[in-house]
Amino acid sequence: MSISLFLHALEQGFVFGIMVLGVFITYKILDFPDLTVEGSFPLGAAVAAKVIASGGDPLWGTFLSMIAASLAGLFTGLLHTKLKLTNLLSGILTMTLLYSVNLRIMGKPNIPLLGKITLLGKIKDYFPNLSMDYLIPFFFLFIVVILKFIIDYFLSTEIGLTIIATGDNEQMIKSLGVNTDFTKIIGLCLSNALVGLSGALFAQYSGFADVNMGLGTVVSGLACVIIGISIIKIPTIFWRTIAVLLGSLVYRLIMIIALRYGYSLGFKPGDLKLISVLLVIIALSVPFIKRKLNFAERYNLGRKDLQNNDGKEV
Amino acid sequence: MLIIKKLTKYFAKNSPHETLALENFNLRIGKGDFITIIGSNGAGKSTLLNLIAGTFQQDKGEIRLSGEMISNLPEYRRARWIGRVFQNPLLGTAPYMTIEENLSLSLKREKRGLRLGINKNLRNFFREKLSELNLGLEDNISKKVGLLSGGQRQAMTMLMATMFKPKVLLLDEHTAALDPESSKKILKLTQNLVIERQGDLITLMVTHNMKQALEVGDRTVMMDRGRNIFDIQGEERKKISVDDLVKQFSILGNRKDNYIEDRMVLI
Ligand SMILES: Nc1ncnc2c1ncn2[C@@H]1O[C@H](COP(=O)(O)OP(=O)(O)OP(=O)(O)O)[C@@H](O)[C@H]1O
Ligand SMILES: [Mg+2]
Repeated sequence: MSISLFLHALEQGFVFGIMVLGVFITYKILDFPDLTVEGSFPLGAAVAAKVIASGGDPLWGTFLSMIAASLAGLFTGLLHTKLKLTNLLSGILTMTLLYSVNLRIMGKPNIPLLGKITLLGKIKDYFPNLSMDYLIPFFFLFIVVILKFIIDYFLSTEIGLTIIATGDNEQMIKSLGVNTDFTKIIGLCLSNALVGLSGALFAQYSGFADVNMGLGTVVSGLACVIIGISIIKIPTIFWRTIAVLLGSLVYRLIMIIALRYGYSLGFKPGDLKLISVLLVIIALSVPFIKRKLNFAERYNLGRKDLQNNDGKEV
Repeated sequence: MLIIKKLTKYFAKNSPHETLALENFNLRIGKGDFITIIGSNGAGKSTLLNLIAGTFQQDKGEIRLSGEMISNLPEYRRARWIGRVFQNPLLGTAPYMTIEENLSLSLKREKRGLRLGINKNLRNFFREKLSELNLGLEDNISKKVGLLSGGQRQAMTMLMATMFKPKVLLLDEHTAALDPESSKKILKLTQNLVIERQGDLITLMVTHNMKQALEVGDRTVMMDRGRNIFDIQGEERKKISVDDLVKQFSILGNRKDNYIEDRMVLI
């Protein structure tokens, strides 16, 4: 495999890795499969692209994209906690609503950023001697590592622990004095802010924003999380965030290879989504099949067996 | 003082399955009282504890704790005064979190912020508390709670329910799901933890074990169909035997409109 292909996988693995960290927080930590990301990824891209295309500061545009995306998370959270809609439906509603919002923000389905001053262009000014091929992956790596440590720290604070506990045993943590509406909303805002940031950076990296660029975000995010966690099994937050980032790299590598060499096997670019869904199905069914094979484990109490009628009103 | 006045709770109100789980229930509990609660299945014991904790909202009536009306506060706002242990040992702890994380979550029950949930001082404090349980957990504080046995988890839940010095301790058949040995241990632990508080704690313990109900604590309440039908303490309680209690139960059982038998027929 050529070095440039590998560098591409790194760039994409890291820039989408930010989104994967977000999906990790909702799906794995909060136990909340959040479909909002399908809309907040292009929302981030749209906001950043709009600001940049109209000559604004790309840093400001990127920051705004995080704010906008976290508001999308807030909206989903309010639908779920205040109107008591299911987590899936809440996400679907926000995601669909965001399609219209994104079109409004952009004013057209696609904003090109060629020739505009993006964050990457600004960074390049600081390192004029470094080739973009190396600068971009390093820049994204730098950002993703900082975010990883911020998330690790946050999840070990008093509030952070209550967010983890909300996904682990909600009834318990309520009885320990936690408003789980609040923890869910915080988790959703944080997660979507990351996804929005990922979208904003991806738009600047690829040179355009498009209303349809969120398509498949959920599935690819899940795939990365699941792949990562099946490679590194150490269950501490520190290792789990590393795991999902590794998952993101592996996933992009698979995708790039499939795109590059798949032609000879008859694959087309349109088949990528199919491949990622298959990856998710395979990755999800491996533990299940293993369990079927392992007799002793059938009697093991899994997490979903924890529900009990005490403390749950019908 | 915990004062419960005319507490009423329906389930599935205005539906064909409407159940009156608690009806005009009254109870006054002084500081330091340890009450055991008995009553047949469906008598409303768990409902009572859930209403005190705020897991469910009452339909009528009120609950006051040290003069403050708490019955309209959400569950999470009452948690700073109330420690709970459930029958199911899996309910009281978060399995995917470590022992020390679980303890940290239960120690501070309000105004949580961006400080680290665990630091060196806290860790030492947790070790010390865990060593009092005599289960060797103090050497494994970064182990996931899901890997512990039911008895160990229940002991941890006991610790979590008392460590923060609550005003009220609610125990709902908290030894029922354990083997006899662990069950004994947890009961002993309960008594020790209550004694440690030197009459500064209100304890309500639901049990189906008549012997336990009379031996532990200093007052016994019997519930039937959502009402408080029998409430003894002091000399009167000392005189009463397990047989008397069982008789009381069978009187209820022989009633014409027998609730229990109705239920059995339906099943
Ligand atoms: N979540 C619920 N939804 C609907 N009905 C309920 C619920 N919880 C309790 N009930 C009903 O309320 C009544 C009282 O139940 P409760 O659980 O308080 O009884 P209990 O005294 O704790 O019984 P047990 O000894 O079996 O634990 C029962 O008729 C029960 O069917
Ligand atoms: Mg009960």
